[in-house]
Amino acid sequence: MVSEAVTAPVARARRPRTGTGYPRYVAAKAGGAVVSLLAVLVTGFFLFRLIPGDPVKTMTGGRPVSAEQLAAYRREFGLDLPLWHQFTDYCGKALTGDLGTSYQFRTPVIDKITEALPNTLLLTGTAFVLYTALGMWLGTRSAWRHGKLGDRLNTGLALTLYSVPSFWLGLLLIIVFAVGLGPIPGLFPTGGMESGGKEGFAYVVDVAHHLVLPVITLVAVEYGQTLLVTRSALLDEMGSDYLTTARAKGLRDDLVRRRHAVPNALLPTVTLVFVNLGRTVAGVILVETVFSWPGLGGLFYQALSVPDLPLVQGLFLVFASAVIVMNTLADLIYPLLDPRVGR
Amino acid sequence: MTTDLVRATPRRLAWQRRRRSAVRFWKQYRTHRAGLVGLAALVLFALVALTAPLTVGSDVTGVTDAPGNPLEAPSTEFPLGTDRFGRDLLGLVVWGSRVSLLVGLLAAVLSVAIGAVVGITAGHFKGAYATVLMRITDWFLVMPTLVLAIALATVMSRSLGTVILAIGVTSWPTTARLVRAQTLAVESRPYIERAKALGGGHWHVMTRHVLPNVMPLVLAQTTLMISSSVLAEATLAFLGLGDPTVISWGGLLQDAREAGAVSAGDWWYLVPPGIAIAVVALTFTLCGRAVESVLNPRLGVAR
Repeated sequence: MVSEAVTAPVARARRPRTGTGYPRYVAAKAGGAVVSLLAVLVTGFFLFRLIPGDPVKTMTGGRPVSAEQLAAYRREFGLDLPLWHQFTDYCGKALTGDLGTSYQFRTPVIDKITEALPNTLLLTGTAFVLYTALGMWLGTRSAWRHGKLGDRLNTGLALTLYSVPSFWLGLLLIIVFAVGLGPIPGLFPTGGMESGGKEGFAYVVDVAHHLVLPVITLVAVEYGQTLLVTRSALLDEMGSDYLTTARAKGLRDDLVRRRHAVPNALLPTVTLVFVNLGRTVAGVILVETVFSWPGLGGLFYQALSVPDLPLVQGLFLVFASAVIVMNTLADLIYPLLDPRVGR
Repeated sequence: MTTDLVRATPRRLAWQRRRRSAVRFWKQYRTHRAGLVGLAALVLFALVALTAPLTVGSDVTGVTDAPGNPLEAPSTEFPLGTDRFGRDLLGLVVWGSRVSLLVGLLAAVLSVAIGAVVGITAGHFKGAYATVLMRITDWFLVMPTLVLAIALATVMSRSLGTVILAIGVTSWPTTARLVRAQTLAVESRPYIERAKALGGGHWHVMTRHVLPNVMPLVLAQTTLMISSSVLAEATLAFLGLGDPTVISWGGLLQDAREAGAVSAGDWWYLVPPGIAIAVVALTFTLCGRAVESVLNPRLGVAR
């Protein structure tokens, strides 16, 4: 009885074993997500604390510093306390949104993150919508005409772009379309998010102009995965009886595809869409670095080249939590779309 | 009669069986054209990397006494131009293949080894041990691999070992899941029960019966994993987290960026290492997909 009271939320959700399956499923998945997030928190601490080398030495970068100054630094960053004390301190602070102070910027990590977050959301959001749409569209077309020349070209190109390092593609795009190569003039800016000094509509156009090349890079390296999964999901449906029935009714080919085959085939793709968002998080680090985009990825690169441990740690927490939340959302949405799963 | 008896030792029978299945495998693999192209490219890359000490020699990496001027465009003397120290880029790309392939291979082997051990033990020992292990696996599975690898490489010292470790310990969960599923399928078969009844212990069952059955899966997984490891190595090196003292493709790209090749429009500095990375990654992906579709026709990978 006592143990039930301790795990109250989970226990309450588990009791109605018959009937309402979905709330119980939600509680289980949410519980799992909370455990994962706590694991991220703990990993974040030990990964950056139990390392060889003195963080204060890294911070001062080998410059000659007096012992008093070193001690002052230690006190400032709480490095003079016992490890368990540091750990409880860190957990308490992280849960209230205090991720410490950046070594190199001397400002709270959380401020740097909230500053960069909208820029990253703009870049990943735009790219995400485009590559999901492109991947699904090309994937359905490819599967519907599988084995034909178009399908082979499609999958071949997707596999090739999937093997290309995103940062390299970005660098090439900069050389060709931003710096200009031979007869091609520099059409787009080489990096950054704005030229400065613009307001209103002109500002929006300016940001969109800066957005083109990074988005193309992200879309090119990410759409292949969606394409291949959509294609194989649709291929699995291709032999189904209900498609033969639909054709026997006299439906046009593209109606059979749009109304009957695609909705069923999209189910496995939904999971992937969210998992992809997690992959994009990693992809964005490189793309933002290459294009000097002032987002979380660019910040991560600045932090790890110092290395600015509180900032790396804070960004690690943000990236990992974002992925866990996305995966949990996928798990929660999936049974609503496909009643056969998770009940 | 007597010769037949001599020939039919268990060991010989086992080898005959293995040879037959290898021949069968090769016959089916041959029908995958993409897989054959990949295999041919793979052999070519392996030859280039292995013969690099003979063809270009380690002198090519020397910064002093470089043969050309810094950042020379491609010419007959330097087919791919020179880097920022005046070194021959063609030689550097050939030499860099050694590190890129070695790190890719070792990281993949480490990752698949961890995955196989976790998968087999989690499938064999059920109960609390397996539950905890699979929880950890699931947690690693949802973590963004690259972010974790970057964080690990940041806090450790810059060396090839760090890169291999950072890639290996972050990318094993997929393999662990696949191997566990296969282990569960194998362990439900009657001959495992027979082996246990005859007194076979955990070690015997896992190494003699389960391992040979998951081996094909492990091989296919290794091939696919090398592809992503090569990409991961290039990424880490590009971010400046690789060993600064060795030449690798990712490191060459980082050099190019630092030397201002991008804003100067020196495309010839950037193109060769990137193409090398992409082609090697593609090659291993093609081979891996072909191996996978031979071993598991249900996956329906297009030929």
